[in-house]
Amino acid sequence: MPDTNTREITFAEAVREALAEEMRRDARVFILGEDVAEAGTPFKVLSGLVEEFGTKRVVDTPISEAGFTGLAVGAAMTGLRPVVDIMFGDFITLTMDQMANQAAKVHYMSGGKWRVPMVMRTTLGAARRSAAQHSQSLHAWFSHVPGLKVVLPSTPYDAKGLLKTAIRDENPVVFFEDKMMFKMKGPVPAEEYTIPLGVADVKREGDDITLVATSSMVQVALGAAGLLEEIGVSAEVIDPRTTWPLDEKTLVDSVKKTSRAIVIDEGYGRYGVTAEIAAVIAEGAFHYLDAPVKRMGAMHVPIPFSPPLEDVTLPTERSVFDVARALCNRS
Amino acid sequence: MSTVTGQPNPKAKTKLSPDAATWLRMYRQMLAIRLFEEQVNELYTRALMPGLAHLYVGEEAVAVGVCEALQNDDYITSTHRGHGHCLAKGASPNRMFAALLGKEAGYCKGKGGSMHIADPATGNLGANAIVAGSVGIATGAAFSSKYRGTTQVAVCFFGEGALGQGVLYEEMNMAQLWKLPVIYVCENNSYTEYTHCSETTAGDMAARATAFGVHAETVDGQDVRAVHDVTAKLVERARRGDGPAFLLCNTYRHHGHHVGDISREYYRSKQEERLWATERDPIKLLSNWLVANKHADAATLDKVHAELKSEMQKAVEFAIAAPYPSADKASEDVYA
Ligand SMILES: Cc1ncc(C[n+]2csc(CCOP(=O)(O)OP(=O)(O)O)c2C)c(N)n1
Repeated sequence: MPDTNTREITFAEAVREALAEEMRRDARVFILGEDVAEAGTPFKVLSGLVEEFGTKRVVDTPISEAGFTGLAVGAAMTGLRPVVDIMFGDFITLTMDQMANQAAKVHYMSGGKWRVPMVMRTTLGAARRSAAQHSQSLHAWFSHVPGLKVVLPSTPYDAKGLLKTAIRDENPVVFFEDKMMFKMKGPVPAEEYTIPLGVADVKREGDDITLVATSSMVQVALGAAGLLEEIGVSAEVIDPRTTWPLDEKTLVDSVKKTSRAIVIDEGYGRYGVTAEIAAVIAEGAFHYLDAPVKRMGAMHVPIPFSPPLEDVTLPTERSVFDVARALCNRS
Repeated sequence: MSTVTGQPNPKAKTKLSPDAATWLRMYRQMLAIRLFEEQVNELYTRALMPGLAHLYVGEEAVAVGVCEALQNDDYITSTHRGHGHCLAKGASPNRMFAALLGKEAGYCKGKGGSMHIADPATGNLGANAIVAGSVGIATGAAFSSKYRGTTQVAVCFFGEGALGQGVLYEEMNMAQLWKLPVIYVCENNSYTEYTHCSETTAGDMAARATAFGVHAETVDGQDVRAVHDVTAKLVERARRGDGPAFLLCNTYRHHGHHVGDISREYYRSKQEERLWATERDPIKLLSNWLVANKHADAATLDKVHAELKSEMQKAVEFAIAAPYPSADKASEDVYA
């Protein structure tokens, strides 16, 4: 990270800066979504953008997720670079045909002739006491579809650099933001930078166990690594940052070094991101493993409302610590 | 993408009163589609064509009447029953047949097939095998043309079956709110796959558009002159900035839902089919009119027929002889 002029800004500010910079750089970039203009979204992530770029480029839509996502596909094919805002990740279900059957397929079905350079920004994550339809982490759904790329930033620095790259990408990219993270601060350089898609980041180096963690779970894994250190276990924390493209090499190399791995992701484990990454590690580092690869994700239930119920559905620093300790045969 | 320049097209003026040469060209276009589809039927029956084919026979006046009112850099989106739209927008029969047979030389290099012909050079954003699947794409292309300050119009073709899809109404709402230059062309051939529209569609079809304030017209889809005239007006309107339109074209498919749908009496009568194939056939209607008004004589029309027949025959031969893509191409073009 270039450290000249590095400031502390929030995750939301980092997202907003990325958008503003790309909109200044490229007149084809525009934002489309519900309450994105004057309201700046319910999370205020986009506050101020309409003042700078006007309503031609920050477009409030009706509550028509399929409709404006489909419109973005056509706009992207014909020379624009839409950034679609889906207020809650739970609502991506409404856009599935537009993303999975249209955006993801256009380039391939046309023999490489049409392109869909669009970004969908949306959220993931529970813990806001929002119940089952405002708390899901559904990024695995899009990660399953060839033709889409999926980005999961876990820090303000990553959010800014990855979003700028996503906007410049020639393909449909889905960008998931943890809504619990919007107010989290972190160092972000004032100068321009971008981060390539498909490059994992080692958030903490260690020798005894690899914790692969995404998005909201990166902080959880770092917390667990701190607890593990107290009992003499050195944990490496790796954030793949994109589920597709997936930096398989960095993950496998880490486990070759540590011989143990836990994969932690806020989506459902079954048929999910953790399953895929665990398989990649098992295939790539089989002979180096001293224990089966463990997976931790949301409990396999709709996310409940009541705090004592919701809290047990998510991996925590403590639960990751416990699993890691058992895996390392420490008591 | 040479035609999609993002610059205003100075020639983008629609011909409002076509001359005899234009009607003759439309005759040729309609007949080309008819003969193309007859070859497809033949290819399928001879088991030379993989997959399914949804023939456009009987509906030619819609594609031709509409596309004749467009410029090359205007956009269209098409459907599973899309061969007619693609040809009318300028696709070459050689590459179309090659596409249908899954050959490398086809549009889409063997990746798309019959239901996914796409061609940037003629503004064809792609045929779509999801019913109503392209209403967003067409509306987005219109959004883009307005954003970029061009005069390009987007035409979205779909069957009346698409009226059952909610996303269509989301798009019409936005198109009207934002005055987008998009024309929704509903080809009402009365049947979805095997079900009459009266069993699937409540109320008045065109009223679904007018509910949003979208300008709607209904036209005899077998009369290419009527389709062309009304489309030309709608295109003018859209280029002027007056917003979207909905064009309901009443038409009929002569064949089954797809080539294999041959026993159809459980959903429609032979008598009804005969009527549409004779008195209501769009090509016969135009040729009768051309001859009656002395724009062409029977010999001229016969000559056109013979020329097209040989052209289609050659195109089929080209496609049959063309090589398949090599298997290693399967993993290309997933990402740009
Ligand atoms: C979303 C979706 N549902 C179902 C189908 C299967 N299907 C293919 S064509 C068709 C009927 C379409 O009828 P219509 O839109 O009127 O077009 P037509 O075939 O009459 O030209 C159906 C149900 C599909 N392709 N897409």
